[in-house]
Amino acid sequence: MSSISLQSRLPRTYRIKEIVQETEMVRTYTFDGSLGARPGQFLMCWLPGVDEKPFSVAFDDGSETKITFFAVGPMSEALANCNVGDLVGLRGPFGTSYEWDAGDHIVLVAGGYGAAPMYFVASEAVKHGCTLEAIVGARGKEHLLYLEELESLKHVSLHVSTDDGSVGHKGYNTEVLDQLLEAAADSDAKDPPIDKVFACGPEMMLQSVLTVSEKHSVPCQLSLERYMKCGFGICGNCAVDSSGARMCVDGPVVKAEDCKKISEFGKYHRDDLGKKHEF
Amino acid sequence: MQTPEHAMNLTQTILGITFENPTVLASGILGITSSTWKDVAKNGAGAITTKSLWIKEHKGHPNPTIIETEHWMLNAVGVPDAGPTKAREEIGDFMQKQPVPLIANIIAESIEDYGDIAAEIALLGPNAFEVNISCPNIEDEFGRPFACSAPDAAAVTKAVKAVCGNIPIFIKLSPNVDNIGEIAKACQAEGADGFTCINTVGPGMAIDLRSRMPILANKVGGMSGPAIKPIAVKCIADVYAATEGKCPIIGTGGVYTGEDALELILAGASLIGIGSAVSRRGPEVFSKVCEEMQYWGTNEGIDNISDMVGGMHKELSKRK
Repeated sequence: MSSISLQSRLPRTYRIKEIVQETEMVRTYTFDGSLGARPGQFLMCWLPGVDEKPFSVAFDDGSETKITFFAVGPMSEALANCNVGDLVGLRGPFGTSYEWDAGDHIVLVAGGYGAAPMYFVASEAVKHGCTLEAIVGARGKEHLLYLEELESLKHVSLHVSTDDGSVGHKGYNTEVLDQLLEAAADSDAKDPPIDKVFACGPEMMLQSVLTVSEKHSVPCQLSLERYMKCGFGICGNCAVDSSGARMCVDGPVVKAEDCKKISEFGKYHRDDLGKKHEF
Repeated sequence: MQTPEHAMNLTQTILGITFENPTVLASGILGITSSTWKDVAKNGAGAITTKSLWIKEHKGHPNPTIIETEHWMLNAVGVPDAGPTKAREEIGDFMQKQPVPLIANIIAESIEDYGDIAAEIALLGPNAFEVNISCPNIEDEFGRPFACSAPDAAAVTKAVKAVCGNIPIFIKLSPNVDNIGEIAKACQAEGADGFTCINTVGPGMAIDLRSRMPILANKVGGMSGPAIKPIAVKCIADVYAATEGKCPIIGTGGVYTGEDALELILAGASLIGIGSAVSRRGPEVFSKVCEEMQYWGTNEGIDNISDMVGGMHKELSKRK
């Protein structure tokens, strides 16, 4: 089935068409339908009888949808136990997406499973004549995701960093970002200047991306993760202090200038009861 | 939209509180933090209602908790709340530079607990209480809501009234009864100052065809949205008649436009709760509904919105 569901606020069940075990804890599921998602948007995935949680879209080509997830809690662990042919409810797509202009030179900063939506960005942006620098970071070699897929795209240069130095730059991906922006700002640089920085990963990494991008005066777009329930802006669970912006509607992808209005950015997030938890 | 010279005045003063316009953020919608209350006030709401506050932390239901079509919304969020510490922090922050009146919605599992949470929250100085005795999606946990029995509803009213001092209380009624007027009268006799009509309808259920499973994790949920407006209008009219128009009503249920709001006002509402419509028209729905009410009223040559409250009842008695 490939028709786009118009009832985006009511889940509809799709069958799992393919399962790829990416790393020990990370899997990619392909579903037999498209919801018309753009890079950066998310879906609510419902496991009947268990729970429903938000997942960023790893790919949507108009006929099928992919999510890449880390089995981290009861819902995603139950999801990880599913098999090909099992039913998963999807509703969405929800939220904002990354925005670029044709021909842009973009740096992608991916931390952990943030690599999946960054691959989705790259695969769409190259169609608009963009050139991309993809920096993929993880704790170690065994946690790196989407390297082959990113490498297979024309006009995408891959940069890798690992905390333990098992492959690529030893250290944080934001250090690589700093080097790339520094080099591009050099008037003798052979590459065109960087137009935008997109990032998806842990919030402390995003905070660093914001700082580094601002230092080099390059606009950035960051994907923020907050506890979601409805997904369409009514329950208020994902609203951030102090702007009150709802991350399911006004996010998850937030531009630098809007991110700076979020006083809780890099400090705390709220749980399903609205209680604050520090990062 | 034209700017009329003598626009209808939207101000409502009831129970000693002045509301710049009659729109109120309904409880349970965007109501978790002071930041969102301020944002809703900035978007034109005449008052804010908090999400239901418990005397101790209360877990909600797993997801899916809110689903919607063009006709209806079903919710079984399960009234999650972190308890009084968070309430003190959020209400305290809001009250510092209070942009609009704050209505504190309270809920409890026993009559005694209603008194305790009301006493606790009264210390924070809300402009009014709304007492939630009518949530239809926590029946598995607590049984039939207090709002389904006149003696139970009256007992809760008495318990809250005993501890809330001068703060007026609105009892939030359930439409899922066959005698809402009598229930309102029983509460009025125990000192209820006003009513909120209505809480969600049903509960209802939705099933996914392929998995054959109910979609809401709680299986059932309270229904809201456009389809419930006629039920809200009928319940408001019943309560207004039963209490002889002496208890102001916050009319809530299926309001999306200014004309929807005016219909509830003619049935007897003084204020208008808006909830589900936030999902379709955004937080701007409050200013949009106000503009639409004012546009209609001004064209009709009405000076004050307060002149329209209970208008249907007055028209009916004129024709007797």
